[in-house]
Amino acid sequence: MSRSSEVARPSDHIESDSIDAADPVGPRLGPIGWLRFAWRQLTNMRTALFLLLLLAIAAVPGSLVPQRSSDPNGVAQYRIDHPDLYPIVDKLQGFDVYTSIWFSAIYLLLFLSLIGCVLPRTLHHWRALRARPPRTPARLTRLDAVETRMVDGSAEDALLRAEALLRRGRYRLERYGPSISAERGYLRETGNLVFHASLVGILIAVALGGSFGYSGQKIVVEGEPFVNYVAGYDSFTRGRLVADTSLDPYRISLDKLDVVYEEENANAVGQAIDYTASVTVQQPGGGPSTPATIKVNSPLDVDGTNVYLLGNGYAPRITVRNADGAVAFAGAVPFLPQDQNLTSVGVVKVPDGLASQVGLIGFLYPTPAKLSTGALTSAFPGLQDPVLALNVFTGDLGLDKGVPVSVYTLDTASLTQLAGRPTDVPAVQVAVGQTVELPNGLGTITLDGVSRYASLEIHHDPTQGWVLAFAILVLAGLLTSLFVPRRRMWVKVHEDGDGRLRVEYAGLARGDDPGLAVAVRELADEHSGGAASAQIRASRTT
Amino acid sequence: MTSTLDGFSALLLYSAMGVYAIAFIAFTLDLARRSAAVTAVAESGAERIARARATGGYAGSARGSTAVLDQAPAVTAPRPRESVSLRVGVTLAILGWALHLGATVLRGIAAGRVPWANMYEFCMTGTLLIMGVFLLLLTRRDLRFLGAIITGLVVLMLGVATLGFRVSVVPLPPALQSYWLVIHVLVAILGTSFFTVGFALSVVQLVQARRENGATGGLRLPASVPGSVALENSAYRVIIVGFIFWTFTLIAGAIWAEHAWGRYWGWDTKEVWTFIIWTIYAGYIHARATRGWRGSRSAWLAIVGYSAVLFNFGIVNVFFKGLHAYSGL
Ligand code: HEM
Repeated sequence: MSRSSEVARPSDHIESDSIDAADPVGPRLGPIGWLRFAWRQLTNMRTALFLLLLLAIAAVPGSLVPQRSSDPNGVAQYRIDHPDLYPIVDKLQGFDVYTSIWFSAIYLLLFLSLIGCVLPRTLHHWRALRARPPRTPARLTRLDAVETRMVDGSAEDALLRAEALLRRGRYRLERYGPSISAERGYLRETGNLVFHASLVGILIAVALGGSFGYSGQKIVVEGEPFVNYVAGYDSFTRGRLVADTSLDPYRISLDKLDVVYEEENANAVGQAIDYTASVTVQQPGGGPSTPATIKVNSPLDVDGTNVYLLGNGYAPRITVRNADGAVAFAGAVPFLPQDQNLTSVGVVKVPDGLASQVGLIGFLYPTPAKLSTGALTSAFPGLQDPVLALNVFTGDLGLDKGVPVSVYTLDTASLTQLAGRPTDVPAVQVAVGQTVELPNGLGTITLDGVSRYASLEIHHDPTQGWVLAFAILVLAGLLTSLFVPRRRMWVKVHEDGDGRLRVEYAGLARGDDPGLAVAVRELADEHSGGAASAQIRASRTT
Repeated sequence: MTSTLDGFSALLLYSAMGVYAIAFIAFTLDLARRSAAVTAVAESGAERIARARATGGYAGSARGSTAVLDQAPAVTAPRPRESVSLRVGVTLAILGWALHLGATVLRGIAAGRVPWANMYEFCMTGTLLIMGVFLLLLTRRDLRFLGAIITGLVVLMLGVATLGFRVSVVPLPPALQSYWLVIHVLVAILGTSFFTVGFALSVVQLVQARRENGATGGLRLPASVPGSVALENSAYRVIIVGFIFWTFTLIAGAIWAEHAWGRYWGWDTKEVWTFIIWTIYAGYIHARATRGWRGSRSAWLAIVGYSAVLFNFGIVNVFFKGLHAYSGL
């Protein structure tokens, strides 16, 4: 009996009888033969297994070395820590493992193999679904599970009853002479095919999402708006097929960012337990504005984009005036948090309006406390009499060269420091509402207050729903293919001449099927015990 | 209040560990006793054959002698009497589990949330489910020969957890305040529990296969332990259940990541390792269906897969940098 006749499986599948995997004929064939040989190699089980394991191994380095996509600062740090290794790892695309040529090659080959494996099987399965169950084998006793019972009544009766029972078990039937051939569990193969095909679906959806999606970050201070257009972002990445005009220019204003810190649990004082951003969303073209909230685990959906609250920090509101009292700088400056208690560092650049260009490096202590060294630190992340300490520099800030410079760093190499360590002049300290003199009679600085800012991330991924749908299909396919037993059953009636019928029941597992023997026994018991049970019991006792 | 309850929880957990440790000893004694019995039987069988040979009974028929050797233990071994230590082991495992359950529930009440939000709690609930799955499977088939491995592993893990990972109750950071914490992590723990039982079965399968291949020395197993093929089938069934849970974990994790971090997949270290584990077990399932890969080779894959699970939990959480910074350490 050929097991490979209705299930197209790779030649080295455990249930396959074909031996052409080991066929050494390949090398003697022409180009077409070679191609066919290569294709067969690519689509056999061993190759799939090998590529799967290779993929697992190839994914490891990306967890050992920082990746540009998820941890760019880590990559920069790696460069500093390992100057010798860096160029080699970089050359091997070790900082971009998951988009590297070698990683891509492995998964593309795997998926090619998968397609080559699944397509013929789908075709075969399609035919099997409309084919009749196979002929009853001549010798049932050689099968995996066999039972024999004696039954009274006519052969036709027995066959009809067996058919009814099998139909109830959702078998497909075919009568061959005095025997029934039945098969069930086509869903198993269907599930397996759905599973594999959905993996391809995920891959395609992810790839398309990468081309049509975009994401960007923006720091928004309380009271300030953000407009969704390319230049409105602090950083922006987009797929190849995203045009400038495909962004929907809605406006989000951050009205307030509320943060709750733990104050009672002694083990966790100062731990943030809630962030809530209250925003107002305004549709483009003067549409209505609607209030909304964004929280860490609940993004805001605006026009097919999702807005996430990913970070927060403080932005001191600073006014710098010259010696005559004219305003040279005014605004809220986002500072970057340095530790759990939100000691934050930021830079203020005042290119115009003072006697010379001035750069300030500020340290904000939300809840100031003195270390034993006399240095300031922050004891709690919330604001309780915050203090801003500023190191003051003068000289050419280098803003006129046309080279973009980060707003968070100050290149002090060519500047003269006037205050703050290591100079003898102490850093300028200013509390909320205070105005303090800058050194050298440059002018004054006022800390008008401290606002919070939210770091928002806006994401647009048009295929994410598809990815989810395919993922659910993967799971559904997996469940059906692993738990629906696929089996064949045969019932054969023998009229041995003594007036009673000898009935053989046999089952054959297709794939893993722990319940086969029980199923065959139950069928036998039910069939022989049904209508004729009384007689059988009677005959047993005699 | 919180710390009092947490103190009780810790006390219960230590008791559970003590009881498990005694259960481990009982299971080990049972294995040792019964395998000694098997050895004796097998030797007497061999002696009889030698005697038969000497008297010309088998006329040097190699086939005949192997057949007898195969049968000897089965024929002559009296059905091994259920040893007392085996029953003691199971009883203690159940008792330990009850204490363990109490410890976990109390921790949850003390924290006012599900008890799996940091590594200590994850270990506590994880081992609870490992034991739970094991005890549950015991009601369906006789896997008591796994008792020593499972209780041993659980005691070891709880030891590491209480010594290395113990943290006091703190509130959940905003990123973890989500019902996905309940679903995603619980399913991950369930998957891990099934993988653990699958791992234990695969180890026994390898030992058994060695014995069947005529290897002498090394570990001996009692006669009541099933053959390597039966063990492999059981391992496979347990592991595919684990695999389905793991697939769900992966999908649920991606959905949660999308909610919390703004992307469903970003190759964060933890995501990488979840993917690696999934791929290895997919390989295991394929290996079972690939000619030449059934048997010991696929058992090795199951062991490699489980090593990756342990690595993901014990090493990646603690030493690798990433967004999944929830170890609480
Ligand atoms: C991305 C790569 C792949 C993954 C993750 C994967 C995963 C799986 C999983 C989880 C199963 C068991 C569940 C089920 O039966 O549906 C399975 C079964 C199967 N896969 Fe794949 N597969 C992959 C590629 C392939 C390829 C390339 C082939 C063909 C060479 C293949 C052929 C099969 C076959 C024949 C089965 C049935 C095994 C059996 O009879 O038990 N798969 N695969």
